[in-house]
Amino acid sequence: MATTENGDGARTDLLDRELSGLDHLDTALQSASSRAARIWAAAWPKLLAVALALTFWQLVVWSGWKPEYVLPGPRAVWDSFVENFSTNMDAAWTTLQRGFKGFAFALVIGTIVGALVARNRLLRSAIGSLITGLQTMPSVAWFPLAILLFKLDEGAIFFVVVLGAAPSIANGLISGIDQIQPILLRAGTVLGARRWKLFRHVILPAALPAFVSGLKQGWAFAWRSLLAGELIVNIGGKFSLGQQLDANRQLGDSAGLIAVMIVILIIGILVDALLFGMAERKIRRRYGLVDTAAA
Amino acid sequence: MTQQRAVEHPRVDEPASEVLPGAGSGAPIVLRGASKVYGHAGEAVPALDRVSLDVRSGEFVCLLGASGCGKSTLLNLVAGLDRPTAGSVEVDGRTTLMFQEAALFPWLTVQGNVELALKLQRVPKAKRRERVRELLQVVHLEGFERKLPHELSGGMRQRVQLARALAQGADILLMDEPFGALDAMTRDLLHDEIERLWREQGLTILFVTHNVREAVRLGDRVVLLSSRPGRVVAEFPVVIPRPRRIESHPVADLAALITNELREEVRRHGDD
Repeated sequence: MATTENGDGARTDLLDRELSGLDHLDTALQSASSRAARIWAAAWPKLLAVALALTFWQLVVWSGWKPEYVLPGPRAVWDSFVENFSTNMDAAWTTLQRGFKGFAFALVIGTIVGALVARNRLLRSAIGSLITGLQTMPSVAWFPLAILLFKLDEGAIFFVVVLGAAPSIANGLISGIDQIQPILLRAGTVLGARRWKLFRHVILPAALPAFVSGLKQGWAFAWRSLLAGELIVNIGGKFSLGQQLDANRQLGDSAGLIAVMIVILIIGILVDALLFGMAERKIRRRYGLVDTAAA
Repeated sequence: MTQQRAVEHPRVDEPASEVLPGAGSGAPIVLRGASKVYGHAGEAVPALDRVSLDVRSGEFVCLLGASGCGKSTLLNLVAGLDRPTAGSVEVDGRTTLMFQEAALFPWLTVQGNVELALKLQRVPKAKRRERVRELLQVVHLEGFERKLPHELSGGMRQRVQLARALAQGADILLMDEPFGALDAMTRDLLHDEIERLWREQGLTILFVTHNVREAVRLGDRVVLLSSRPGRVVAEFPVVIPRPRRIESHPVADLAALITNELREEVRRHGDD
């Protein structure tokens, strides 16, 4: 053991170098690929899928299965889309505003209820299964009551959007808190975090991945409830996506109808991918939930 | 073979309720007949049975035992996370507990994990950054501040845990099989590291392990616990001079002797 003979200092120095040697061997190498390359890699399969879908659609139209004034081709829908662009954007803006308002309110309610139910045994046995029950209830079923309560007005739509989204958000938070590894709670307690501090510094961040999944699902429910609401609760003099769908059906304008449907689809995809998808991916990467070897 | 004499010290066969020889009254950890029973009357499960133990200031004590010896229960009692159902646990000083597995917060960087400990100690924000830098220097992790726990090796993660524990300003370090999940080479290096920190920082360490050689490599004293319920069955002072190496003969010889005792203890449970 030559190291011990050289005295303590040399031994410590050797330990330093051994430790840092292992550290560098143990830390993963990061591969660097350019931003453009990554965007292209993510984009081309989607573009291909869209091209295939459009081709299929055109083929069905050419087959003459339905007359063209009932089922128009991509070209006619595109023309209608361009022609009604400003009306549709106007309608989309109204609908989105309603969606975000309802979702924001559901976020507050769902988070508070979820946090309380997850941490309180009595509350959980009282309303835990009720929340899941509400989640499975089709939001359209709420409309008759909502109309009686709020008349054919914004309030009825808002009410149903909140009821659609809040249970999913609450459930996401509850399952996120349930899945926290006990060791993290112990570690937090050892560090001196109690009650609100434990919640703020340990419980909430630890539950975040599942909570974001809950938000994503909550948005999907809110969006569906919203469109159903706009079809049923037609508020006079206001353009909205649901109202546009109904108006185009009444006019028998298939091309216009499909153009509005595509707007709805695109908004759904954009919100899901840009807002929730990106947040989810960022969180998963940060929390080390992504297999770096595969990524 | 002078080290072998150590094991000829009197064995403590019965759990002593009086003060053990050599234990000063100013010991930072004093357990007197501490018992812990989980559950209620009908289906009560005793986890610890009348454990008496003194840990002197600056001492490195290793607790050794097979499964079900109540090691974690004992640490929880000393850390103040739990109360004994009988007997007393007196702790004089600030304790902190270090875990075996990944107990770092995965959403915080190395910097953030250590800083949170300071924040919860109400260290003012201006002083935190500098203190984190010092602590990371102590565990040889300068330059890794911005890494996330999942980007580090197991050994590095345990050193971040060490830095986080030291951030609490504790003088009593409780360790719950902290190196159990590491590969042998990393573990050996961390033995050197914890020994250095113990010496430099004047810590009192209560170290739980089921690895006999690790206990002999590190401890001033090895305390053997029985299983179901946990009870102190024997104590072995380790008089092998430091620095020790885990593969050296004196360590191996004493470890072999303690292993025999441990096996005998395990065999007792095979009979019934």
